[in-house]
Amino acid sequence: MEFLAPTTWADALAAKAACPGALPVTGGTDVLVEINFDRRRPPALLDLTRVAELRDWAPDRGRIRLGAAVTYSRVIDELATALPGLAMAARTIGSPQIRNRGTVGGNLGAASPAGDSHPPLLAADAVVEVASAARGVREVPVAQFYTGVKTNALAPDELIAAVLVAPPRGPQQFCKIGTRNAMVIAVSAFGFALHPDRRAVGTGIGSAAPTPRRAEAAAEFLAGELDAAGLWESRGELPDGLAREFGHRVRAAAAPIDDVRGSAAYRLHSLSVMARRAATWAWNDYRRAA
Amino acid sequence: MTSAVPNSAGASETTASRGRVGDSPLRPDGLLKVTGAFAYASDLSRDDMLWGATLRSPHPHARIVAIDTAPALAVPGVHAVLTAADVPGENAVGLEHLDQPALAEGVVRYQGEAVALVAAEHPETARRAAARIVVEYEELPAVTDPRRALEPGAALVHPARRDAGGNLVREVRMRRGDPAPTAPVVVALDFEVGMQDQAFLGPESGLAVPGADGGVDLHVATQWLHVDQRQVCHVLGLPPGKVRLHLAGVGGAFGGREDLSMHAHACLLALRTGRPVKMSYSREESFFGHVHRHPAWLRYEFGAERDGTLVYARADILFDGGAYASSTGAVVGNGGSLGLGPYRIPNVHVDARGVYTNNPPCGAMRGFGCVQAAFAHEALMDELADAVGVDPVEIRARNGMREGDTNITGQVIDSAAPVAELIRIVRDMPLPPGSPPEPDLRELPGGVGNTTHGEGVVRGIGYAVTYKNVGFSEGYDDYSTARVRLEVSAGEPVATVHTAAAEVGQGLITVEQQIARTELGVERVVVQQADTTVGSAGSTSASRQTYVTGGAVKAACEAVRDTVLARAAGMLQRAAADLRLDGDKIVDVSGEVLTGVADVLGDEAVEETLEWRHRPTAPLDEETGAGDAHVQFAFSAHRAVVDVDVELGLVKVVALDTAQDVGRAVNPDAVLGQIQGGSAQGMGLALMEEVVVTDGRVRNPSFTDYLIPTILDTPPMRIEVLEYADPHAPYGVRGVGEPPTISSGPAVAAAIRAATGKALRRVPVRPEHITGA
Ligand SMILES: Cc1cc2nc3c(=O)[nH]c(=O)nc-3n(C[C@H](O)[C@H](O)[C@H](O)COP(=O)(O)OP(=O)(O)OC[C@H]3O[C@@H](n4cnc5c(N)ncnc54)[C@H](O)[C@@H]3O)c2cc1C
Repeated sequence: MEFLAPTTWADALAAKAACPGALPVTGGTDVLVEINFDRRRPPALLDLTRVAELRDWAPDRGRIRLGAAVTYSRVIDELATALPGLAMAARTIGSPQIRNRGTVGGNLGAASPAGDSHPPLLAADAVVEVASAARGVREVPVAQFYTGVKTNALAPDELIAAVLVAPPRGPQQFCKIGTRNAMVIAVSAFGFALHPDRRAVGTGIGSAAPTPRRAEAAAEFLAGELDAAGLWESRGELPDGLAREFGHRVRAAAAPIDDVRGSAAYRLHSLSVMARRAATWAWNDYRRAA
Repeated sequence: MTSAVPNSAGASETTASRGRVGDSPLRPDGLLKVTGAFAYASDLSRDDMLWGATLRSPHPHARIVAIDTAPALAVPGVHAVLTAADVPGENAVGLEHLDQPALAEGVVRYQGEAVALVAAEHPETARRAAARIVVEYEELPAVTDPRRALEPGAALVHPARRDAGGNLVREVRMRRGDPAPTAPVVVALDFEVGMQDQAFLGPESGLAVPGADGGVDLHVATQWLHVDQRQVCHVLGLPPGKVRLHLAGVGGAFGGREDLSMHAHACLLALRTGRPVKMSYSREESFFGHVHRHPAWLRYEFGAERDGTLVYARADILFDGGAYASSTGAVVGNGGSLGLGPYRIPNVHVDARGVYTNNPPCGAMRGFGCVQAAFAHEALMDELADAVGVDPVEIRARNGMREGDTNITGQVIDSAAPVAELIRIVRDMPLPPGSPPEPDLRELPGGVGNTTHGEGVVRGIGYAVTYKNVGFSEGYDDYSTARVRLEVSAGEPVATVHTAAAEVGQGLITVEQQIARTELGVERVVVQQADTTVGSAGSTSASRQTYVTGGAVKAACEAVRDTVLARAAGMLQRAAADLRLDGDKIVDVSGEVLTGVADVLGDEAVEETLEWRHRPTAPLDEETGAGDAHVQFAFSAHRAVVDVDVELGLVKVVALDTAQDVGRAVNPDAVLGQIQGGSAQGMGLALMEEVVVTDGRVRNPSFTDYLIPTILDTPPMRIEVLEYADPHAPYGVRGVGEPPTISSGPAVAAAIRAATGKALRRVPVRPEHITGA
């Protein structure tokens, strides 16, 4: 197995173009597991850890540009305010060791339906910045990034450069169910964001469909009801019935399976509870922020 | 009395003082383990060694039509490929029955059964070559539901046993008192316990080094060197003198290292290649490389007076033994003879069975047959409490055994049986505070998953008690051998202790040192590496080593001391009974120094080797189960406090408090360690630990999906240790390691029932069992 170790972004893209079968590795917390289990034998590994550009985050034309190789630990420490939903998700990922190595870019690269970055990125309308040597940069809205079970929208010569997320205009929440209280793969997960500036609601469902996905209809329903009741302005209490109905509609958006981690029925049930609670907490934060 | 109070520094302070019995000297392996410097079996290495790999069956039951090893042999770097045809001795191993081939012969009976071996220059080469071996299988119908294994017409896992029990490994019947008892209050339930794994942290590993004499030295992580030796000899066709076993660093055991794993395999490869061969399982392979705890199906009925006093108990217990017997027979013996718990029950009817299936083989695990039963009898005890309107503590206190009672096999409990005291102690411990108004997520069910901020959270409290046999039962000749030498080195007396007892992380080496210091008065005690050049110490299981090997070391020390003092008595013209060993001196009863140990010994060593036995036990009667089957009984009680998010079915154990009688705490810190670890392991079974097997196939052979509790799942524990010395045991000790694993899980399950109001008749309790979705 060849080991490619570019030190600049241009070299990395060139290497990927020259050897499209090369498997990028950043934190290696997915890649090394697969290699150790002999599930994957790529012709080459493309080590991105020497590419400094990927390790930074910065405000960029009204958005936060989060380099693909920024670790979860840094998201938690440095971006809890700027990317609250993602930071909440990052806190639930693996163990301290995994959070020190694992990256949001790697989570997108793996594109597992159980990846915890996805629900908050979906809820926050994030955009994935990808690049290739031949065609340069393109921006893929995150909802279009997940194309199937553990597949994504990258072309063989492309790499993930960054994630672009607008700063929050309202409260965000992230909830994740696991069968133990830490260090667990999600049985189901839910990301939620209020966008009062647009009078919109963002959602993201994890581990309950072949890909991470939104609950579009539920989000529109809730935003619409809030609008109709004048609640965006009045910041009145979120009616319990409305939160409950939102939960049911989120559940309806999911298409889970039974597996060793949990039953489909439980995944659906837990999503409706998480969605109700997340919406309520976020709404209460919105009220308090007034 | 030793007690540990959570979060109060100093409560279990180490008494390094003199390191005698009753002190807690620091363990030699402690610092090494926490700094990562300890050499485990997986760290064994020789410059010229080869690596072994195992090809395993993908099928739960299949005929082996043909094996083509040529493609594997053709891989550069491969030195040998072996199948059943290459076994020089008898291809049969097993703890109770030699029913398991070292390498599958003609048929595979469970997914993961070893079929062929490869030795190669590099572990990766060995694995890849193993994958190139072509095995042609013809799949056979698999017996995967143990509840149907005994039905007439069921396929036989071992057709040769057609007239010898068929799929029945063992049945134990307990009959006592009135065969048709009646009672005014009757409660009953069915319970199911999932398959738990020992989940030791150090996967199976060892190094076999061929000897010039045609024999082999095997360095291996195990629980009982001599039982391994016997089986490896059998497979290799070599006498014991040519198969020498040495204990390598053990990373936990819990019963999972009682059976052979890579032992015979590495030896076969080493003898074939003439090179040292190392085998080290991955975590995934480990799940197929050792037995698990038997899943069990239990049907219980209690009849009682209106005040809750038990009149009768009936139980039907079924253990799934999987493809090979391992220690299923003894597990059935325990389930049958102890499976009604530590209660006074005049009329008893118990049937316990263990069966063969094509599921993964099950065998020893901490708590050994009592764990499964305790979930059922403790759940039913709570039902009874409810039915008669007595609280769960009082019903246990009322029915709990007392010293002098007879248990269900008719054996008199002839030392402390403080059931009522233990359960009341845990009841009276302070309860943890309720959740603060804005709790840290880590204190809530769901943890950092942020699934509740208090919504849906209900607190529940549950209780459980247990008793467990210590040592090997049912007439087994259960002994240990110790060799102790006293000599003077650099002017200082040094004791050397040599046994074959496996230190598996429980602290036995320290205990041996403490005993030698106590008996010989010396400061310096060297414990030699355990190996088979000294006689058997028996197994590091059944909570027995401090008792049995401790007893052997004590006895050997006494023999050495007697010799030294007799010599001193001769030199000093005093009666030996007036003399004592104290450091490097020989003193009289008043402490006056009479002479130096060096003056008595000169440059000669005094050495004694002896076998030590606890009092004998008797078999269980075939028809009635009667018999003084057990050596000793150890009692414990737990109180669990849980917060359950009843809407999501997520559980946070808030407190797991316990009281246990240990007879005598030889090493109080080690006692607390055993109780903490055992409690966590029992809690794990109640909450999350299960090897999920569907149609004979394991679905979660990894720590990704076989979950064990993390620090965020493990609550603070209040531990109260009673020391009611057992007059029959050395120093009065009582086995410690297993009871906490037995009573903790049922207490957690009871607490979840209390919080949710759900019956919860299966463990592990999964979120969907609580939510109903
Ligand atoms: C013990 C353990 C616990 C875990 N717990 C969790 C958890 O709780 N939640 C969770 O979501 N995940 C978890 N994971 C999975 C993993 O840690 C995450 O998916 C993590 O985000 C991967 O990041 P990484 O940098 O390590 O990725 P890597 O392993 O380096 O790469 C992952 C994938 O992304 C690709 N890739 C990486 N960088 C790029 C790039 N710049 N462009 C294109 N492709 C790229 C790789 O080729 C690979 O396919 C866990 C893993 C382990 C081992």
